[in-house]
Amino acid sequence: MLDDFFIRALVAGVGLAITAGPLGCFVVWRRMAYFGDTMAHSALLGVALSLLMEFNLLLSVFIVAASVSLLLMLLQRRGTLSTDALLGILSHATLAIGLVIVSFMTWVRIDLVGFLFGDILAVTRADVDLVWGGGILVTFAIVWMWRPLIASTVNPELAEAEGLQPERTRLAFMLLMALVIAIAMKIVGILLITSLLIIPAATARRFSTSPEIMAVLASVVGALAVVGGLFGSLKFDTPSGPSIVVAALALFILSLLTKPRMSGAEHSAASQGGRA
Amino acid sequence: MLQTPTKTVQPLVSLAGVGVRRQGRWLVRGVEFSIAPGEIVTLIGPNGSGKSTTAKTAIGVLKADEGRVERKAGLKVGYVPQKLSVDWTMPLTVDRLMTLTSSLKGAEIDAALEATGIRHLARAEVQHLSGGEFQRALLARAIARKPDLLVLDEPVQGVDFSGEIALYDLIKTIRNTTGCGILLISHDLHVVMAETDTVICLNGHVCCRGTPEIVSQSPEYLKLFGARAGQTLAFYNHNHDHTHLPDGRVLHADGSITDDCRPEDGRPVDILPTGGRAGPMRIGHVHGPNCGCDHGPAPTDRDEERRNA
Repeated sequence: MLDDFFIRALVAGVGLAITAGPLGCFVVWRRMAYFGDTMAHSALLGVALSLLMEFNLLLSVFIVAASVSLLLMLLQRRGTLSTDALLGILSHATLAIGLVIVSFMTWVRIDLVGFLFGDILAVTRADVDLVWGGGILVTFAIVWMWRPLIASTVNPELAEAEGLQPERTRLAFMLLMALVIAIAMKIVGILLITSLLIIPAATARRFSTSPEIMAVLASVVGALAVVGGLFGSLKFDTPSGPSIVVAALALFILSLLTKPRMSGAEHSAASQGGRA
Repeated sequence: MLQTPTKTVQPLVSLAGVGVRRQGRWLVRGVEFSIAPGEIVTLIGPNGSGKSTTAKTAIGVLKADEGRVERKAGLKVGYVPQKLSVDWTMPLTVDRLMTLTSSLKGAEIDAALEATGIRHLARAEVQHLSGGEFQRALLARAIARKPDLLVLDEPVQGVDFSGEIALYDLIKTIRNTTGCGILLISHDLHVVMAETDTVICLNGHVCCRGTPEIVSQSPEYLKLFGARAGQTLAFYNHNHDHTHLPDGRVLHADGSITDDCRPEDGRPVDILPTGGRAGPMRIGHVHGPNCGCDHGPAPTDRDEERRNA
């Protein structure tokens, strides 16, 4: 069954979406959208360095993305520039340096568009294994760290005071992000990775009554977007990566048209009463 | 009441000569105190005097740059931070908030919500709560895990006056029933002082300390907060004419039950300053038949006079 390129794309895409769901929720809760973008952009530098030094591509992207996030943590501690300015510098600097290095290497021919926008239809059997293997690893790690992750997202000092370790959790979370970016690069591309993290999570918010439900729903929405996007891409002959993002966006817009089922809604009357 | 904890009991936490420095500036220096089980220690002081810094250092969120902090091995802390806002994007009900840092049994959650009077809000999203309800939820969360030491950083912020007295009463009850130590941070002095064992007045350093009576009369305290601080007293009277039931409905004094409060519920709330007659010790407690204070409970006749005038 996995002999067919379209089936392989579906299986890999759904695997990635399931992994990205819970991670994307944390990106939204922690307001790290631009941070995710920065890590993703730095992936191109990872690609360039991997070609330059003939080093494993996945590992190289992972190391560069992780280093950029550590660098950001260090720069934030110095506190000379605001975080968004630092992110803007790191994000575009790494992308630009990557492009410059690639242009110097006239002896290698690389499919730049493939890296920037993904080439899910070209995934190999090994890629499918990688997505699912990595995905299971990431999901397992998130489930394992779930309580400290949620607690330190709500308030790191509270988590620290009550015996959890928010710094360590944050570091582990960044490494997981770097890993997902390395895995996702081939499927949706460097420029579109964050959309697969954020849009399904944003869509899931309106239907969720707990962080756990939101994480699972984000995975489901992401998987639907992958399936919808791939079939759309097949039918209309559009590029697959952007088609997946457009499908995710369509689901998000649809969700805006439905009536939200937030748990607080029916209780707001009671809480209004308490205020009187 | 455990008014005077014996010195032989091992303290939950003790600070000796503690100082915290940030960017070349000492936020606080030379802090010394310890908290025994069952003891309420209150930190007071103006904004920026190092109250939160001291509390965070005591529980290990901040590291002391000088001095020594010793915590009892395996100390279980319940913490209500000064600022906590849950992002709108995170769906979090009061129920789910309870198990943020540790897993709890349903009965433990219910008991904590019951104690803080917000059981009817268990399934409400925290973002929908009012300031006072949210503070109660945070307090419920902190006590639900049955801590050895409860650290409350301005726990009554955003709570109206009636709620404030109720919350301080609750804090006292928690201490009396569980025997946990409490580190309380406050800037509103009058209400809090009556229940506390030791008051430490901070202003970058410990400027005075002792029992509430001693601190409220000390020259350093009066200098810091003005002479008026030792004398003014707010008087409080509230016709509690309705009760919120666990299911969110409202039981009225006349026995009727409605879905929501009526517009005329809970009135009038009177806050009458009575001048310099009494010190800050005199309020912040529920009046019993022989509670020993020299001011009565609700001043109904005075109230009547005022309304007739």
